[in-house]
Amino acid sequence: MEPSLARYIWTHTKKQQLWILMIVLLSMIPYFMSFDLPKLIVNGPIQGRGFEQPGATQAFMRLHYNLPFIGEVQFFSGFQLDRKETLLALSLVFLLLVVINGLFKFYINTYKGRLGERMLRRIRFDLVDRVLRFPPIYFKRVKSAEVATMVKDEVEPLGGFIGDAFLQPVLLGGQALTAMLFIMVQNVWLGMIALVIVAIQIVLIPRMRRRLIVLGRERQLTARALSGRVGEIVDGIGAVHVHDTSNYERADIAARLGLIFKIRFDLYQWKFMVKFLNNFLAQITPFLFYMIGGYLVIGGRLDVGQLVAVIGAYKDLPGPMKELIDWDQDRQDVQVKYHQVVEQFTADDLIAPRIGALTIDDPEPMTGPLSAIGLSIADDGGAMLLDHISLQVKPGETVALVSTATGGAEALAEAFARLNWPDSGRVASGADDLLELPEAVTGRRMSYASSEVFLFQASLRDNLLYGLKHAPLTSVSYDDASADQHLWNIHEARRSGNSELDIHSDWINYASAGATGPHDLFEAVRRVLDAVVLSRDILDLGLRSSADLTRHTELAKRIVELRAALRTRLEEEGLSGLVVPFEPGAYNKEATIGQNLLFGAATGFELADRALAANPYFASVLRQAGLDRRLYEMGMEIAEQAIELFADLPPDHQFFQQLAFMSAEEIPTYETLLQRLKNRPYDAVSEPDRAMIVTLSFAYIEPRHRFGLLSDDLMSKIVSARNRFYENLPPELQNAIERYDPAKYIAAGTVMDNVLFGRLGNNHPDAPERIRSIVYDILDELGLYAELLDVGLDFNVGASGRRLTGGQRQKLDVARALLKRPDFLILNRPLSALDQRMQDKVLRNVLEEAKRDGHSPAIVWVVTNPAMAMMFDRVVVFDSGQLVEDGTHETLLAGNGIFKELLS
Amino acid sequence: MLLKDEVGMLQRVPLFSGIELTKLKLLAFTSDRVNYSAGQTLFRQGDEGDAAYVILSGRADILVDSDTGPIKVAELVPNSIVGEIAILCNSSRTATVRAASPLEALRIPKDHFVRLMKEFPEMTIEILRVLANRLSLTTADLIDARSANNE
Repeated sequence: MEPSLARYIWTHTKKQQLWILMIVLLSMIPYFMSFDLPKLIVNGPIQGRGFEQPGATQAFMRLHYNLPFIGEVQFFSGFQLDRKETLLALSLVFLLLVVINGLFKFYINTYKGRLGERMLRRIRFDLVDRVLRFPPIYFKRVKSAEVATMVKDEVEPLGGFIGDAFLQPVLLGGQALTAMLFIMVQNVWLGMIALVIVAIQIVLIPRMRRRLIVLGRERQLTARALSGRVGEIVDGIGAVHVHDTSNYERADIAARLGLIFKIRFDLYQWKFMVKFLNNFLAQITPFLFYMIGGYLVIGGRLDVGQLVAVIGAYKDLPGPMKELIDWDQDRQDVQVKYHQVVEQFTADDLIAPRIGALTIDDPEPMTGPLSAIGLSIADDGGAMLLDHISLQVKPGETVALVSTATGGAEALAEAFARLNWPDSGRVASGADDLLELPEAVTGRRMSYASSEVFLFQASLRDNLLYGLKHAPLTSVSYDDASADQHLWNIHEARRSGNSELDIHSDWINYASAGATGPHDLFEAVRRVLDAVVLSRDILDLGLRSSADLTRHTELAKRIVELRAALRTRLEEEGLSGLVVPFEPGAYNKEATIGQNLLFGAATGFELADRALAANPYFASVLRQAGLDRRLYEMGMEIAEQAIELFADLPPDHQFFQQLAFMSAEEIPTYETLLQRLKNRPYDAVSEPDRAMIVTLSFAYIEPRHRFGLLSDDLMSKIVSARNRFYENLPPELQNAIERYDPAKYIAAGTVMDNVLFGRLGNNHPDAPERIRSIVYDILDELGLYAELLDVGLDFNVGASGRRLTGGQRQKLDVARALLKRPDFLILNRPLSALDQRMQDKVLRNVLEEAKRDGHSPAIVWVVTNPAMAMMFDRVVVFDSGQLVEDGTHETLLAGNGIFKELLS
Repeated sequence: MLLKDEVGMLQRVPLFSGIELTKLKLLAFTSDRVNYSAGQTLFRQGDEGDAAYVILSGRADILVDSDTGPIKVAELVPNSIVGEIAILCNSSRTATVRAASPLEALRIPKDHFVRLMKEFPEMTIEILRVLANRLSLTTADLIDARSANNE
């Protein structure tokens, strides 16, 4: 990027800058005309000059010029208008000029704004583009939050400045110069005075502002460091709490804020000091004019008219001068910011653009061996991680890298993945230097997974397929409105030097996963997930989440079949008691009273949780069914029991988890409520109090809570209230509830809820486990297993994938590397979070899966346990940055080297 | 069976007989009611002890693994408690318990049991008393057995 902001702006916007300058000059014409017009109106039609005779007329819009050599030429003789008509005509012209001036201003401001925004977009894109091209070492030194704040906040003021970058000095300079010249013409001496003062301003003010620039730079750096620290606190919040260092962090942040405050306050002081000085200098000139000019007048060397004219002209000088100086301040300010940012984004060995260039067609397979030639890598502190290693991995070979604690095998794997650049020697693919190959080759023909997994905050599916998104492979066809929008997007992207690639295109390279399109990609996905033993976890996630019915139509379509299959299976196995199904005409004892009343899933806030009892319509249904009083009494009974049981316990007691009716914090409220209501007749209890009490009864499940509050009569009343509730459901509640229907999928429920369509018996300790495995069986039998896996793949993994366990993240990373079907698969302690047994299992599966369909990729695996090396063609042992042993498992075992030592 | 009946049952368990009624009720409320059909296992020998069970109705067999297969060493009847030793001394199950008929039981999770003991010393003392009684009985048995051997 250009080191100078002015040049950067000029290079990218010179045409626009010249255009806007032209427009501004053009706008001066109506602007100055509108100055002259009031005088014409007042002197002419209003005061009557030229209309002395009644009925006199004047020419309006007469065009005539006095041309040199030719004399007076008349182009148009004009309309003859009388006094009133002239007043009207001139006023209309005035109005017209107002409109024209306004339009000019509107156009100019819009144009400048757009120009600035485009440049801002360009700068930001350029910066992120650079981030994408930095060498790996750069990222060891910067904090992500600092980079983000540079791209987002620090370049922001540039946008506002860019429109004025060249326009302002030209305009204001012109105005100031005109005023100056006028003064000069009137009187050279007074002109000289004005010139000297202006010169002082021009020299002194920028000098004083130097300090402002220094402070501005400090302000920027401290603010950036602050955002870096805040980012660190967020990322490292676990460490903060584990070590009780939150107060240390508070102190650190307070110190930083103090420093920032001091800098900002200094900045204000200087700024206003400069302002004061500037104003003072501007004011002192008239003083000199009055004094010296007056002296000259008294001495007769200057006439009064000239002095008045000079003072008049001088009025036009400070305005533009001040703005010019302000502009200069802005310029320096953004120049500093720009400079600071560019400095941070400058690195010597940026990755060349051609390495990351877009390549649509898939590259040829890598058929040459992957080799390290005299490879040395040092860490940041200068210690040698690898010392002159030479090693060749042939295509199709499986190699285990075994390493002592300081062995350096990880550094080699990173070098193969281009994540660690050689200090000397090189890594080559065939005859080519690996670092010179485009990423289109290494990113598609090689894959890499390590113990440090990075997942994006997106669905499991997006993360898994991320490794296939190399290039936009389809062109999206847009219809009418969106087509225009798309064209506009492309046009604007081009104007700002942004990427024109369409993010909405299908970026997934199906062929590289061994599929032909979206329809059969799933098979490949399922195989790699099975290989890393992640399918079951994803199925569990699927069961627990609610399916997106626009995507998973099959589930909804076959829900009746599914439910029936579950019932049949449970009956066959004699497990019918495990699940009590929802039946529209029956009370479900294993569900709460609230669920039995509603018999549906609340989809809005109106009928959810605590709002239910207070809902007027619901309360009226209860009243009609004769349940209001019954449930109130039941609620009172529950409140009494709950308080008797729990009132003595401290609020954080774990027993409160068993108390479904109220939270620990609500106990005192209910205690006082109970005392107040105890002997009060039902009719005297207020509506809100009733709702408070009735709500307790909604959470009651007889087999779980065993208070003995449910009778057959009550159950049948609840079922009839349920029917009544749906019969007259008012329109505003239609969308607040989804009624349970044995033939319909419940969109608001989880997949498990939908298949069960009932409640698990509370008294069967192993019911959830057994049901889950039965449900998987049934889904598999009905061919819906894939659909469920797909629902699970919708799961959002959270920031950095933190909603998954460490082991799941690592498995996902390996699956992602496998899915690409690479020629070289580099795995760097990829499963360190798993126990040894699981690591062995995944290792075996991965070796098998990688070779499916006659593929034979080379696999380089840095193993966590030397015993795992047994599964590989070749074993290479590293110790202290040296390659110490290299051979088959048998030969190394037969020898007496480090490998054998490591094994024992 | 309702909560108050369960409390009545618990009262008849010697371990809990000296404990205040409200505490027993809390224990019953926070415990899970579990049903087993005949032949289902409550827990297996060698499993980690995570809960004690109070039999409410039905019968269960206590089985110990041997070289010739499981041997039935005792039978559980309503009002008896089983599995409390493992949760008190963090050991694994010393025997398998299997329902011999449809069985209703109260499952008291280990955390709850321990928590109650911490909070209500009178309960702990009661449990200590019962355990000490058992120990002296076992010691007496041992002495009898030794002297029988010596004769």
